[in-house]
Amino acid sequence: MEKGGTGMGINIAMSNEQRAMGAGQEEGIEKVLGNSVLLTKLDEIIGWGRKYSFFLYPFITACCGMEFMSLAGPRYDLDRFGSALPRFSPRQADLLMVVGTISHKQAPILVKVYNQMTEPKWVFSFGVCATSGGFYDNYATVQGIDTLIPVDVYVPGCPPRPEMVIDGLLKLQQKVAKERWSDWPRGEAPVTKNK
Amino acid sequence: MTAMESITLKKLKERFPDSIIDTHSFRGDDTAIVKKEDILKICKFLRDDNELLYNFMMDLTAVDYYGREPRFEVVYHLYSLKYNMRVRIKVPVPESDCTTDSIIPVWIGADWFEREAYDLYGIIFKGHPNLKRILLYEEFEGHPLRKDYPVRGRQPLIGPKN
Repeated sequence: MEKGGTGMGINIAMSNEQRAMGAGQEEGIEKVLGNSVLLTKLDEIIGWGRKYSFFLYPFITACCGMEFMSLAGPRYDLDRFGSALPRFSPRQADLLMVVGTISHKQAPILVKVYNQMTEPKWVFSFGVCATSGGFYDNYATVQGIDTLIPVDVYVPGCPPRPEMVIDGLLKLQQKVAKERWSDWPRGEAPVTKNK
Repeated sequence: MTAMESITLKKLKERFPDSIIDTHSFRGDDTAIVKKEDILKICKFLRDDNELLYNFMMDLTAVDYYGREPRFEVVYHLYSLKYNMRVRIKVPVPESDCTTDSIIPVWIGADWFEREAYDLYGIIFKGHPNLKRILLYEEFEGHPLRKDYPVRGRQPLIGPKN
């Protein structure tokens, strides 16, 4: 099966043609068990499941939100990648989409939302403002959300094209598929208080 | 310019000869610079005079002319829906007495505009019922749109001072 594809690491029931072709070529335990049992590593099957079922929390503060709506709508259709359902409670979400400029006034709220999410959780920095502050190099704006919370994928752009976001999402899926149990828990955001 | 002078500036000069510091009317945009002590009664007159009826306060903001005396200027943009006229009123405010009268008694819509000017420029509007920061957070020190506010003056609530 194709590496990184939907069936990676999983021996799922095959079609009739495949069964006819593959019969007799199986070896070892697969020969004994046939098609009745799934064989994989637990890490891999959990990663595979997770990467196609992101429940995203849209933390939308600015104009990038328009691009996010186009992405979630039928034309670009985030549903194709298994992340269709935005959850508006952080406790039900595992992918924090930070979409737009984060001001210093907003920063404690972002960290609170991140800390409220249950693990495992990932953070997607959508657009250049969330990534680095963008051109808002001033008194009001956080210069990148990675000064506050850990970020998994950065997608720059003002706003990013939907294709860029989809590419970022696929990269995040690859990352999630490779994660192991020992990667979790990560704990609270590194910044919970001003030092 | 007297023959071309608009009714607004003409009436203002007639009614408040001692309050008007200067007027000009560049390409039809009327501007009157007035003393800050008289802003409230001038606003009331502009709103209530039957030939003016400036019933819409479109904008209120401030300017920092750093290095000039008086340093600040509060700018009011008014519009008369009835007569389709606009006028700009400017009030110089010195740094030593950084206050002016709130015009909420005339246009209640000035509330948040005055809070914004207070937040970003530190101009105190006397008589404002709730003069506190509107955009920034309470912990913020100083007024960031003043020209002497440091360019890198960041005051994060949380996280590093980047």
